[in-house]
Amino acid sequence: MKENRVMRSNILLVVSFVLMIASLYLVFVYVPTEKEMGIVQRIFYLMVPMGWLAILSFHIVFIGSILYLLALSLTMLKRKRLSRCWKVVSYLRKRERKWDTLAYCSAEVGIVCTTLALITGSIWAKPIWGVWWTWSEPRLTATLVLWLIYLAYLMVRSFATEESRGARFAAVVGIIGFIDIPFVILATTLWRGLHPGPIIFAGGLAPPMLLTLLISIAAYTVLYFSLLGRRIGLREVGTEIKKLTHD
Amino acid sequence: MENFGYLLAAYTIVWAVLFGYVLSLIRRQRQLQRQVDSLKATPRKKEGN
Repeated sequence: MKENRVMRSNILLVVSFVLMIASLYLVFVYVPTEKEMGIVQRIFYLMVPMGWLAILSFHIVFIGSILYLLALSLTMLKRKRLSRCWKVVSYLRKRERKWDTLAYCSAEVGIVCTTLALITGSIWAKPIWGVWWTWSEPRLTATLVLWLIYLAYLMVRSFATEESRGARFAAVVGIIGFIDIPFVILATTLWRGLHPGPIIFAGGLAPPMLLTLLISIAAYTVLYFSLLGRRIGLREVGTEIKKLTHD
Repeated sequence: MENFGYLLAAYTIVWAVLFGYVLSLIRRQRQLQRQVDSLKATPRKKEGN
């Protein structure tokens, strides 16, 4: 792996570790217990960051997929036709593989986060709603659909006979699958389910709770970028090895 | 402390999964490193012949 990438990834890992310790202190010592839900409400500081990362990851998959397909299309066009915006085209084309790697690695880390969002959501739902799962809850269902889209993205890649073909098909899944993201985000606003409405930006959280949530989100987001960087590094080394062994 | 088990379960699962994922990345990194080392060693063998 490239030295710079390893160093960046390690720095992020250390930062996330420090933030994680701070987050654990805030969750288990500092933040007051919520009156209605009791101690189980503290799962909220785990569930929300995981949900946020599930959405963030798919944004990266979406952007990576668009840029990959764009770069791929541009390589098929003649240079003369593109002379006016050659610098932009050249930038995109040179990074064709990188966009795909970015999307793929983000999907892999993203499916881990989405799985954890679903599991923590379920564990939170049992004592609060009395059930592990309910299909009448739009956000839960939309998040499950997102998980299935992630799965489809990764399966398309692993079952494709050619790697480049798998990357193209997966990019299409990454773009079409993004349709689900607004449903996940707006589910509590558009439909009334068991899930509480938007409370974070509506000022529904007490300042200590908001602080705890923000630190937790920061901790897991930094961890996500550290894992993403490490995964991208591995993928790049794997690609290099494949090239060398095929030559 | 009612429902403490749910809280404990949530944190244990999340940390176990994240830890497992980090371990899998380390394992894959080692595998790739072994492959890189063997590839580096191949030309030397040829040179030796």
